[in-house]
Amino acid sequence: MNDVSLPNMQGPVCPLPVKSYDHIVMGHGSGGKMTHDLIQQYFVPNFANSALLAGNDFAQITSQQSGKIVVSTDAHIVSPLFFPGGDIGRLAVSGTVNDLAMSGGIPLGLTASFILEEGLPISTLEKIIVSMAATAQEAGVPIVAGDTKVVEKGKADGIFISTSGVAWVPDYLNIGGACAQPGDAVIISGTLGDHGIAVLSARGELGLETAIHSDVAPLNHLIQNIVEHSKNVHVLRDPTRGGLATTLNEIAIQSQVGIILDEKSIPINPIVGATCEMLGFDPLYVANEGKVIVIVPNHEVDEVLNGMRSQKYGTNAVVIGHVESAPSGRVLLRTTIGGTRLLDVMSGEMLPRIC
Amino acid sequence: MRYLEEFRDAELVKNVLSKINHTVKHHWVIMEICGGQTHSIMQHGIDQLLPENIELVHGPGCPVCVTSLELVDKALAIASRPNVIFCSFGDMLRVPGSHGDLFSVKAAGGQVRIVYSPLDAVKIAQQNPEKEVVFFAIGFETTAPANAMSVLYAESLGLQNYSMLVSHVTVPPAMHAILGSTNNRVQGFLAAGHVCSVMGYHQYHAISQKFQIPIVVTGFEPLDLLNGILMTVELLESGTPRVQNAYSRVVSEAGNIPAQAMIKRVFQDCDRNWRGIGFIPQSGWELRPEYHFFDAEKRFEVEQIQTRESDICISGQILQGIRKPPQCPAFGNVCTPQNPLGATMVSSEGTCAAYYRYARIDMEG
Repeated sequence: MNDVSLPNMQGPVCPLPVKSYDHIVMGHGSGGKMTHDLIQQYFVPNFANSALLAGNDFAQITSQQSGKIVVSTDAHIVSPLFFPGGDIGRLAVSGTVNDLAMSGGIPLGLTASFILEEGLPISTLEKIIVSMAATAQEAGVPIVAGDTKVVEKGKADGIFISTSGVAWVPDYLNIGGACAQPGDAVIISGTLGDHGIAVLSARGELGLETAIHSDVAPLNHLIQNIVEHSKNVHVLRDPTRGGLATTLNEIAIQSQVGIILDEKSIPINPIVGATCEMLGFDPLYVANEGKVIVIVPNHEVDEVLNGMRSQKYGTNAVVIGHVESAPSGRVLLRTTIGGTRLLDVMSGEMLPRIC
Repeated sequence: MRYLEEFRDAELVKNVLSKINHTVKHHWVIMEICGGQTHSIMQHGIDQLLPENIELVHGPGCPVCVTSLELVDKALAIASRPNVIFCSFGDMLRVPGSHGDLFSVKAAGGQVRIVYSPLDAVKIAQQNPEKEVVFFAIGFETTAPANAMSVLYAESLGLQNYSMLVSHVTVPPAMHAILGSTNNRVQGFLAAGHVCSVMGYHQYHAISQKFQIPIVVTGFEPLDLLNGILMTVELLESGTPRVQNAYSRVVSEAGNIPAQAMIKRVFQDCDRNWRGIGFIPQSGWELRPEYHFFDAEKRFEVEQIQTRESDICISGQILQGIRKPPQCPAFGNVCTPQNPLGATMVSSEGTCAAYYRYARIDMEG
């Protein structure tokens, strides 16, 4: 047995595991060390705050004053992940901050869940995380807890982000979709349809490029300004999917009032208007991610408008209509040429026309 | 927006309206041919501003609405095939066939894509050589030049996997059919501006003479429409049945000659079934024999199709201007844009969809 030949090994036969990946792999969702490393390397340093750093399964946030706590949640999917004016990260933070802010309250903290698709470049994930952190900082709302899961390639579209949050609302505020009253004025914080058209043209399917940037932004500072200027805000709502028309219809139904809009006064960026004309879209049905509808008693309009216009995201705020007792549950549009027509909710997907 | 806002000017609109009020003495029934015009009328509330003596009825000029049920069913069958990428204009996806629509084919795993131009479909064919790419070529004279161009382009690229399901229809035969019908109420036509921008309006003189009816080429903005209506009323009141052009910034008598040449090269006249209206001889275009290679109907053997229309839907009478949407028992209750019984409730140019979207409030009182 003296001629046992050993294989000529030049190094260890068992390959060392790859220590760092450029892309998300299934192991990043295992819950083990790779998950831990991903979180420590990318999420924790960007989202750093005491509640998150405590490292518990829960995050503790405290509110000193008496009042109400409101909760909201929102899932975010967008293609492409990056578009002029924003990205899915900014969208995910702004979406929930804005939903919370529509109570008139102060958002206290957010949580974020990530569904990552195997193969997502880690550099892309990092860019999104950095954008979320910057948006959270702009809003002054910490991301206090999170979760990450990985799904096989083809089972998601790069990344899905779901955010939830809580806000504190002082007792005296009672803002909601059912609170619009005849005699109220309807204010919009700026131009309509920018987000939808920015995302659509970023997809590159339209064969046209526009200079439009998405309006995606956290509106909580603007909202605070509004509730400071008016103790009688009746409705705050952000016209996201379905656009202004669909959101106003929801309010008209909830409040059992008629809402009458003046087409001439509705602010629309000329590029958005022209793009919609070409494609057969109506900008009143196109999504916004940084606009708010404010419904206040008529006598408080001037003060609210002055306050809004002093804010970064409210410089183009303007009155676009008013609330009447009838027709209940309907939105009417006085057209530029003096006609009147129904402004209905959007039915299904908006489809580009033929010619 | 230049060239648009000028044509929505409230003061100028008032001027034209007062001229119309001044001119009209009798009751007149005027049909706008094109679904785009119908929507503009409803969208801007033009119908409410007109004097009661002018009754607008809405014509068959919505290509989505009049595409025959048989062809929609063929589209559904072809789009369901595993090796096919089926490309269509967006409007067409929600049009109900006998069983389901293109959206339901898509949800069931069919590859259905919305395109904005037939040339996009050719591009998809280039990028997916292992797939059959079919474009649903519907529309009037307006979309025909681009559809013809896509065939010539695919031919020049030597593409073996591009074909079109052709459903082209043409306006003048439909006008003939409406005017020749015993139920006809139409006394004057607003001809479709964009169709005329391609084809010109020389072919309308014969119709105007034969049926002793004024035809005015009309655009789509409020001022365009009101000018078209004013010219029609003037011709009606003075008893001068002839063709006039109220859309001269876009339309010439001869039309777009190169576009017409392109159409002629690729298509030839054929009979067509119009959904809701029926058979109209020589009322459409099909691919010429030399382009049969690109004909999806020839390329795909589609089994005998049993079509089934709703029993309640009156879209046929609506497309001929005989009845209006509120006169349909299903309108707004059984039949809505979410659950359309007929194609007129689907398209952005369909009359029922226009009434549902813009004018339902009038019917509720």
